Amino acid sequence: MQDSETTNLTTPLSWIRNFFDRGMTVLAFILTMIGVLPLMSVLWNILAKGFPGLTATMFTKPIIDDGFANAIVGTLIMVTIASLLSIPIGIATGIYLSEYEPSSKINRTVRFLTTILTGVPSIVVGIFTYDIVVLVSKKLFNFSYSAVAGGIGLAILMLPIIALTTEEVLKLVPNTFRLASAGLGGSKFQTISRIVLPTALPAISTGVLLSIARATGETAPLLFTALFAQDWAENLLSPTGSLPVLIFNLYNDPDPVKNQLVWTASLFLLGIVLVVNLPARLLANRGR
Amino acid sequence: MSSSQDLFVPTTTKNNLSRQTSPSKADRSDRSFRYLMYAASAVPIALLLLMGWTVLEHALPAVKQFGLGFLVGREWSVPDLQFGALPLIYGTIGSSLISLIIAIPVGLAVAIVTSEDLLPQSLRSIIAFTIELIAAIPSVIFGLWGFYTLVPLLRPVQEFLHAKFGFIPLFSTEPSGFGLLTAGMLLAIMILPTLAAVSREVLLVVPGYLRTGSMALGATRWETIFKVVLPRAFSGIVGGIMLALGRALGETMAVTMVIGNAATISASLFEPAYSIPSILANQFAEAQDDIHLGALAYLALILFVLTLAVNIGAVGLVRLVERGEKS
Repeated sequence: MQDSETTNLTTPLSWIRNFFDRGMTVLAFILTMIGVLPLMSVLWNILAKGFPGLTATMFTKPIIDDGFANAIVGTLIMVTIASLLSIPIGIATGIYLSEYEPSSKINRTVRFLTTILTGVPSIVVGIFTYDIVVLVSKKLFNFSYSAVAGGIGLAILMLPIIALTTEEVLKLVPNTFRLASAGLGGSKFQTISRIVLPTALPAISTGVLLSIARATGETAPLLFTALFAQDWAENLLSPTGSLPVLIFNLYNDPDPVKNQLVWTASLFLLGIVLVVNLPARLLANRGR
Repeated sequence: MSSSQDLFVPTTTKNNLSRQTSPSKADRSDRSFRYLMYAASAVPIALLLLMGWTVLEHALPAVKQFGLGFLVGREWSVPDLQFGALPLIYGTIGSSLISLIIAIPVGLAVAIVTSEDLLPQSLRSIIAFTIELIAAIPSVIFGLWGFYTLVPLLRPVQEFLHAKFGFIPLFSTEPSGFGLLTAGMLLAIMILPTLAAVSREVLLVVPGYLRTGSMALGATRWETIFKVVLPRAFSGIVGGIMLALGRALGETMAVTMVIGNAATISASLFEPAYSIPSILANQFAEAQDDIHLGALAYLALILFVLTLAVNIGAVGLVRLVERGEKS
């Protein structure tokens, strides 16, 4: 059977092609390892430095008393304000994008500009919010830096993300559902509110949760809007501390107690972000 | 004739009745719902336009005062009220380019490893998921990590490079650990998920017949990747790179914490630098003089236009690719 033709066919690759193929595989694996490594280092670092300093009083006292309770509450309040503003508008924009003439010119323009809005640097969003909220409230009312301003800044950041994920998710609802609803005499409103939205609700909530987690960790939009406070904020219209700004303001503090506070606050912030992200992303990935 | 009318009357009344009760109500709720959705979708557009207008309006006095010379002014000194944007533009673009140089090969490697069948599917998903998770970590935490872990880690390496290769301009200054290179490396980590995810998606939609065709002609796996798969996915990958570039240009907190915050231009990668987002974060709240505020607003405008251009290019490219896929 060993005629010349089969030997020709089974001639091994030239060593140089073989080496290139194996070498590239090895290189790709090494580079991938390099890509994964920093995440491990970040997680390990924050855990190792944040955990030992964790005390119960940190969750009850404000920053001047070496706790970060006021920052947690501040973050919670501002993210709540941001959610109240951005979730309804974001989901409605998503519905418009997916359900109302999705290929029309206006619709495509809205989608394009919303996508561009997601790419605006967060520091520019911060300055913009300072201009339209802080300056205006200083002129018209009797307050300037406030939790409300911080919440609006975060809302501007969340809005386009919620809109685009909602659109994406609604597009996955099978068209037969809409046709069946219309065939039974359902109006567009009825179809959307009773068929399309309920079908997509779990996925929409996942997207909304992810955007909330993202807003929780944002620092730049809060720097000139909510500013910072070492103590409890008096009300929604006064400067308010938050976890990310706490980390940024005190990371270089010479006081070792404050330094420990920064690490523990980071651990807590990272904990919140991961607790939301892990299940949400796992679910989203399984759906794919 | 009358009889035929008689026959029709009841049916029409019945029709009218049913029209008047449920469908007209449905019509009304239908219409108000539609207008509500229209109104909501106007919000992001209004925000973007208002943002552009506000940034422009605040920068306008400074633009008139400094003119285009601002873009090439090499001096940024608050006490002397000397404001030139070049060191900041240099720091912003320089650190972003360094991050791209590092992140592109790593991102492509991740995308290839997670889209080829080199590994079992479960392992590929784990890798893709881990990289995706990087995107979830707040940038201020990356900054903290950069400040306390990356900088001390890089300092000895930089000192070694400076000692051995100090004659090369790139390594010519005494390293402190903080500077353009460190900022670029930290940015590379942060843009990696964007780059890897977009590239992976583009690689996954490369038609299977191209791959099998190439392999049937005797090409090895990596010859197929380099000569068939990557060229096919090229424009999509470039779109992903531009998207990542947009992220890098606008990244604030992490860069501020490791770039050294000194408005200098130097050929050396170890020299502390300053980026536009960083200087805005550090000086915007404290700026007293109108001329200083104006200069900062001008910088914000430059950053806004720069990221806008990069993002429009990226979105356009990605959309072009998607359209190509459909046809």
